Formats: sequence, C-alpha cells, structure tokens
Amino acid sequence: MTCDTSYDVIVIGGGPAGLAAALSARAEGNVRVLLIERNDSLGGILPQCIHNGFGAVIFGNDLPGPEYAYRYQEQVEAADIDVMLDTMVMDLTPERDLYAMNATHGYLHFRPRSIILAMGCRERTRAQIRLPGSRCAGVYTAGTVQRLVNIEGYMPGRRFLILGSGDIGMIMARRLTIEGAEVVGVLELLPFLTGLRRNFVQCLQDYDIPLHLSTTVSNIIGGQRLEAVETVRVDEELQPIPGSTKRIECDSLLLSVGLIPENELSLKAGVHLDSRTGGPLVDSTMATNVPGIYAAGNVTSIYDLVDYVSKAGEVAGRHAARYAGAAGTARGGDAVEATVAMRPGQNVGTVIPQQVRIDTTGREEVTLMLRPNALIERKVSVEVWDGDRPIISFRENYSRPAEMMVHTLRAKQMQALAEANERELTVVIQ
Amino acid sequence: MQPKEYDVVVMGAGIAGAMIARALSRYRLRVALVDRANDVGTGASCANSAILHSGHDPSPGSLKAEMNRRGNELWHDLVHELEVGHRWTGAMIIALGEEQLPGLEKLLARGTENQILGLEIISRAEVLRREPLLTPDVSGALWTPTAGVIDPFGGTVAAAENAVTNGVSLFLNAEIHDAVVSDGALVAVQTTAGEFRARWFINALGVHADDFMHLVGDRPDFAITARRGEYFIFDPNRVQVQNVLFPMPTDKGKGILVSTTAHGNTFVGPNAEEVADKEDTTATRDGMAEILEGGRRLIPSLESRDIIAGFSGVRATGNANRDFVIEISAAVGGLLNVAGIESPGYVSAPAIAERVEGLLRDAGLEMVVKPEWNPHRNARPAFKELNHEQRSDLIRRNPNYGRIVCRCENVTEGEIVDAIHSPVPARDYDAIKRRCWLGTGRCQGSFDYPRVMEILSRELDVPMTAVTKKGPGSEFLARTTKG
Amino acid sequence: MSTYEQIPGDTDHGASDEGGNERSIICLRCPRGCEISTTLDGYGGIVEIFGNVCKLGRDYVEAEIADPRRILPTSVRVRGGERPLVPVWTPKPIPKGRLLDLARATRGIELEAPVAVGQVVIENWEDLGVDLVTSGAVRRV
Repeated sequence: MTCDTSYDVIVIGGGPAGLAAALSARAEGNVRVLLIERNDSLGGILPQCIHNGFGAVIFGNDLPGPEYAYRYQEQVEAADIDVMLDTMVMDLTPERDLYAMNATHGYLHFRPRSIILAMGCRERTRAQIRLPGSRCAGVYTAGTVQRLVNIEGYMPGRRFLILGSGDIGMIMARRLTIEGAEVVGVLELLPFLTGLRRNFVQCLQDYDIPLHLSTTVSNIIGGQRLEAVETVRVDEELQPIPGSTKRIECDSLLLSVGLIPENELSLKAGVHLDSRTGGPLVDSTMATNVPGIYAAGNVTSIYDLVDYVSKAGEVAGRHAARYAGAAGTARGGDAVEATVAMRPGQNVGTVIPQQVRIDTTGREEVTLMLRPNALIERKVSVEVWDGDRPIISFRENYSRPAEMMVHTLRAKQMQALAEANERELTVVIQ
Repeated sequence: MQPKEYDVVVMGAGIAGAMIARALSRYRLRVALVDRANDVGTGASCANSAILHSGHDPSPGSLKAEMNRRGNELWHDLVHELEVGHRWTGAMIIALGEEQLPGLEKLLARGTENQILGLEIISRAEVLRREPLLTPDVSGALWTPTAGVIDPFGGTVAAAENAVTNGVSLFLNAEIHDAVVSDGALVAVQTTAGEFRARWFINALGVHADDFMHLVGDRPDFAITARRGEYFIFDPNRVQVQNVLFPMPTDKGKGILVSTTAHGNTFVGPNAEEVADKEDTTATRDGMAEILEGGRRLIPSLESRDIIAGFSGVRATGNANRDFVIEISAAVGGLLNVAGIESPGYVSAPAIAERVEGLLRDAGLEMVVKPEWNPHRNARPAFKELNHEQRSDLIRRNPNYGRIVCRCENVTEGEIVDAIHSPVPARDYDAIKRRCWLGTGRCQGSFDYPRVMEILSRELDVPMTAVTKKGPGSEFLARTTKG
Repeated sequence: MSTYEQIPGDTDHGASDEGGNERSIICLRCPRGCEISTTLDGYGGIVEIFGNVCKLGRDYVEAEIADPRRILPTSVRVRGGERPLVPVWTPKPIPKGRLLDLARATRGIELEAPVAVGQVVIENWEDLGVDLVTSGAVRRV
C-alpha cells in the first residue's frame, strides 16, 4: 500500500461542518483538499431533514435541509475539491496517517498536512437510557425512522409513541402524521420541553399531538413486534411515581433522547476529549491538542442550529489550510500563542471553544457558543470571571437548554481576556 | 406433508443440541437438528456469562463437576477446530475484606477435589496488579488459570455449521406441538415444520425440557425453573477490565461478575430472578439497578452512562439435586433427556455430547465412522480483526468487503452476505447481528438498520416489508411511505 | 396524565376584564420562538401587543390572528431515480387548516427522474397563491 501525501487538507465527513470546512480551506489558498464521506451522497444528515428551519443565519432564508445541503454541494462541485463518497476512514494516527477504504479503490493510505474531523454525531439509544422491557421489533431511534421514511420510502409502523421532546422527536411526530400514521403522543422525562418552542407549536400543537411532561417509559411490551408501552409519571428527582403507570397501545416507539458526538477516530489520533461535550477540546481556531488536527461541528459538541455548524466548519477549514501551508513553522502559522481556557460555571453546560487564542489584532473574530443547562425565562447576564472578578459581561433575553447562546467577542472583550490574571476563566449565567 | 425419517432427531439447537448433532455427524446416521426459532442458539446459549469455567466450583462428585472439567479440556481443542472467538484469560474469585479470606481456602480445596489444575490463592497486591480497577476492599483471590471467555453464539453456530456441513439436516421454525408414543416408545414429534420420525429423540430443549418430558409422560416430578439473568455491556473506550472477576459464591450461585468478553468489551451480570414465563427475557428497572450495584462491589468506577447494551437470558435450573440430567428415559423408549443444563452448561456442552454419544452406543445404536467426516469448520473473515494489508487483499478479491455497513464495529457488506449464505443461514437482522457483531457497538444499529434491511431483502429475494428482526412476526416495516 | 402543562404554547386565555380576549402566541418567524401576548377585541381585531416584540414578531402575530398559515414539508414519489422520493415544500405558508389536505393531494403524484432542486410540482394549489416545490434533487438511474 503506497502512502498518498499529495493532499494538504483532508476533511473527514461530508455533512454541513465538513462541506463548509472543505470550501473555506480551498478558498484560503492554493491547497489540495480531499473530502471523505462514508455515505453515498454529501450533506450528512441534512438530506433526510426535509423540514424547513435551516439557513436563517448563513443564507438569510428559511430552507429545508436538502436545499441547504445542496447549496454547499454545488459550491464544492464547482470548487477544485476532491470528493470520495462511500468511503470509510478506518484509522487515524497522531502523525496524521489516515487509512480509508471503499469498494472501488480498496484500502487507501494518506498522510495530509492537516486534517479536519467533521464526523458529526449519533443518536443515544435504548441501551444508553436503560429502557426496560422486551427486545421486540418496533423500537427505533428517531433519526433512523427519519431516514426510512424520507430517504428509503418506508413507514416502520402505523401507531407511534415518541419518547423525548427533542427537536427530531417533535419533527418526526409531524412527519409521520403527514404520512397518515397515528402519533399517540410525545413523552418527556424532564418537566420541560427539551426542543425548540417553535417546534412544539408547529409540530405538535398544530396537529393535536399530546405532549406528556415528567413522563417516561417503564416497560416495553411485545413478543416479536411491539404491542404496547407502559408509561409512568416521574417526580422532581425523576423517580417513577407508584400507581401512575398507564398502558399505551402502539406498534412503534421512537426514541429522541439525545445525541452524542462521534469520536472514535479522534481517540485513535490521540485527540483529547472534553467530558462535558463528549467532543474534542478545541481552541478558537478549532485546533485540537494534536498538531494539524482540527475539529468542527457536532463532533465537538451538539449544536442547536446547522448554520453555526457551518460557521465552525469555516473556521476550522481556514486554519487547517493555514497550518498546511505553514507546516514546520509555528502551529497554525500564527505568531500569537497565548490562550485562555473557558470553563463552564453556574448554569452553563458547555462552552465551545474551550480555549480562546488571544489575538488583539482584530484579524480573527472569535465566537463563543454556550449551551445553558438551566431554564431561565427572563433576561440573564452572561459573565466571564477572572478569579473573583467578572471581566466580560453581556445580556441575553433568556437561558434555555434547547438553544445555544452565540456571542462574538468584541475588541474590548478580547483585550480583557488578554489582560486576565488567570489562565482559566469561568463562564456563568446569572 | 410426508413425515421425515431419521435415525436421531436432536430437539433444540442450543449449544448442547448443536454439540450433540455435531458429535453424531461423525457417524453413518441420518440426523436432524430442529429448533423452533428462526436461527440456532437463540435461547440461553446466546445470553449467558460466556465463560469457559475451569470447574472448581460444582459439588465434587456431581455430574456437573465431571462435565465441567471434561468440557473445559475439550474446548481447548474445539476453539481451534471450530475457529471460535475466545481468550484463555483465567479467572479470579475475589475475596472482599478479611472475613472472606477463609472462603478462598474452601474454594481451593473444592477445586482440588474436582481435579482442577493450577489453582492458586494470590495476594491482594498481586490481584490489584492484575486488575487495577478493582475495589481497594479486595483481600485476595483464587486464581483459576484454565478458565476463559468465548463468543457464546459463535460456539453454537460453529458447532451447528460443522454438523450441517457433515450431513446433519437443520430445521428452523419447527416448534414442537405434539409427540406420538407407541408401545411405550416415542416414535414421532409433530412440529410446525412437519412430522419427524426417528429411532432416537434427544431432548435438549433448555427451559422447555421438562415440558417435553411431561408431554410424553416422563418424570412428572421433574421441573425446571427459569431463572432470568440480566447483563450490561460497557463502552470499551470507557471501561476496560482485563480479567474474569467473580465475587465469592453464595448458595444462590456464582453471583454478579465483571468480565471481559472474547470481543474485548467489559460486561456485568447476571442477577438471578425466577420468572414464571420461561420466555421472559425482558429487562427490568430493578434488575438493572441490582446488577449495576453488584458490579460496583468489584469495580466501583462502573458508570451507568457508559453502558452501551443490555441483554438477558433465562437459565434452566432443574430440581434434580440441581445437577444436570443426561440420561436415557426410563419411562419412554427412544428418548434421551439432556435437562437442567444451567451454569456451567456452556462449557460442559462438548462433554455432554460425548456422554450422549456413549449412552446411545451403549443402548445399541450402531455407530460407523464416516471417513469423510471433517471436524474442522472455517470461520468467515471478520474484517475488523484484520490488519491493513489483509483488508486490502480481501477488498481486491471481493469489493463487498470494501463497504462498511456497521460503523462502530466495522462490519462490511461482504461479511453480511457471507452470513446470509452460510451453512446455517442468517435470515433476519438479529441472526446477522449475532454472527457479525453488527449493531453491537455504541450506535446499537441506528445507522445500519436501513442498509441491513436492503441487503437481506436483496439476498433473500423478499420485499423490504418482509425483512424481520427475529423471524416471522417481527417485520421492521409496515408499508411504503406513500403506499 | 396531563398534557401541555408548563409549556408556553399558543393559548387562549378567554375573556378579559375589558370584554376582549387575551391570547399568547409563540412566534415562528425565527428559532428564538418568542412568546407574544396580545389582547383582542370581540371581533378578533388586535387591541394591543405586549412585550418586547420585533417587527417580524408583530407581523407574525397579526397574520396568525387574521389567517394562520404554515409551511408544509413533505415528499413525493419519483420514478426511475436513484431514490424513490424527492422532498418538496411550500416556500410560502398555506392556511393551517389545509395542511393535511395538501399532504393528501401529494400522495398520488409521481415525478419522472431526473428531478432538480426548485422544480415546481404543483402551481398555485387551489388558487391559494402557493406552489409546491422540490427541495432536493434526484438523479436518473
């Protein structure tokens, strides 16, 4: 097997992050870019997300997922970017030896100058939430059903119950109803909605689909195929309330119980992960701890809107291209080396990036993406603390776990970071 | 339907039935292996602790003790002959606190009486050196070097494939609903796949062995209790135990253990709950909590969020001194019962088959060795286990191996197609999963379901809506989106 | 089991002291999903819109009260393509009460591959001034 060293940048994953990364890497200069995608088409999960709600930030338009992806695909096809479809990356080393395979070319070995991890995420499954009961047919993750219904053209059942009020669950409730199935309800373990409120209105309320909060599945009943689901109400500690079980007849149970960044390759390459996000620790150039390896999109942390995934991809692509052009010199080719860490504090679940590179030249825009872990329906103050004093603060209209807070640092705020005493700062929502 | 005529009909294609069929396939005999499921080995044989026990534990002098010791010995050759995934890890029985230390001496004495070689009591420091994740409460351990771990379904299907390749007829979806006893002898069983007539019937029906005995009027006092055991498998990227770790045994059994699998995952289980319904392999909230708590007594760092899969199996506990029953029926002619095969049944299976062979020979069944009998079964390539060059070669020979279907476990389309067309064909999703480890990783099949359905539909030449998870009645799809 | 508790959805609070109606509406114009409170007169006209509402929100509430409309995303069959379906949508919203009617009307449609993005599948459906348009492409095989 010969090693192909002709690529400057290889992007792993052709979803929204990877598409944007490949484009911005190519746009950065005369670099050879290869985009590797394991599916038979580009776009990642977008082609199966046929609902609208994409593109408000990037295109100023409310687009369906396939069209959002198509706009990027067109640009990638027009740009001088090599694309390999149906190709699986099997191994990745810290030295950037990348092994991939497909049915046409067999086993392939590449060593590019830089790599962008854009593998996205996968769905949490029945086992991860330890759902008890029978292991019959008829229990699916919502994304699998979305693929079956929208791409493959099959309905996996006639009468559905959905567990989890995340966006995919609610969107599938509407989708299945439109295709003539009966959706008997959506259950949510937590006492509040976990997806966007607009989806509650336009996917559930508009179609008279009931939502049951503080309710979960206590048993799955059926021999070969699902026959019924037993549900139970839970108390404030999320413990089942005795006597509150109810049997719901259905032939399908959809799980919409969260997403997990897909990082098996990252681990093989020696990339350090953040235990909170489940994805690589990245700095504001989307660089990981391994020189020349960058990461962007849902592989780093679960985003709320695809537009921001694309934006993160752009940042990663730009810096990976610069790194490739300046290999052997300073990491990333930048002179600025100082960084400060951003640690999630009160009411903050995750922060991306976890490290901000200090750049007071104003050339690089740095955007913080915060995921709150508390529901606060009033104006809140977001603050960055240096030891015992806040050095940055800004207002947000509310704090909702379903939505990320997006804040681009202004010059003065970057200056404040540069002057901070501590190397690790804490971000809080109050 | 014409009755099918055989010399021997083996009822139940679990590990015992498969090993018996394979043993008999060596002779000029017409042998049928029948099972009610859509695949072999779908009962206790595929949902157990997957341990090839050394044999230190059963009561000295029992049939269990003899079968276990001999079975372990036979497996040391069989894993090569049948090419089954395994690792000879040895096992440790862990004493917690000073008060459990004397128990180790008793176990050592019992093991020595059972003629198990190499047993040794090892110090706390040595135990912790071998397994650093163990609780600091550990005070010592009994080391049993001949124990190992095996891919439990892999062993069953390998034995069944080898039997089929050597001429045994396999009938699946053949549920027994009646039997014909004539002049005190069992002459036929009626199944959903037709009637089978034979000179000998081997009852290897697992939890239902007693039901069959009662059906033909044999040993009404014998009863099997189904005891359900639940297990969890952990994400190998998060938890890695290197050993087979038992707690000290109690009257109820070997307890909740923590072990590595042949595949390199770590798992915890089982609990032991008597269930009224012998088919009840559902997972329960209480059981799940119980085994996690049990596992944490040995490995305190086990976290529920690192669980990637759970499974449960039902073991067949007989009431005949809780020992195995392997004997020709005294009440009904032509019947040989293999019943009450609870733990250590899996490891004992080759010895059970050897014993059955002997009993039939002694009872006058003529056994002429077939010169063409081939004891060897070739495992199909497991792409994940190959190095870069081997993978490259394989794809060049067959591009199907270049298409990854299961992303977590790196299972290729080539392996799935192989499994569908193997001597014991995989005809549903779970059957492929058991053979290829597809969908057993972190995503638990979310990504591969649609692809596997397509492949099954194409290779079996059935519509997508006829593809099943585990045989008729478990179809995945109801209709087309627009249909 | 109770339904919809603690969820800020579209709610009709019934008659207010002044004889009008109070309604809160979740704005669907952007992902933020602001909850906007309004007071209506007895004839469905808007008396007042409360809260810190942007121009889009104000427009949305006015439209939602006069003539609630939604976008319909679905799919239609494709013949001779690499995939059996192509996604379609109404780039402009249709009356809420007609969503399932349009969904049913699309069931019998079958396009011939290749299908391009932005292809009009139904023009001006039932004179409502709304087209059904493809949002994906399907190559011919």
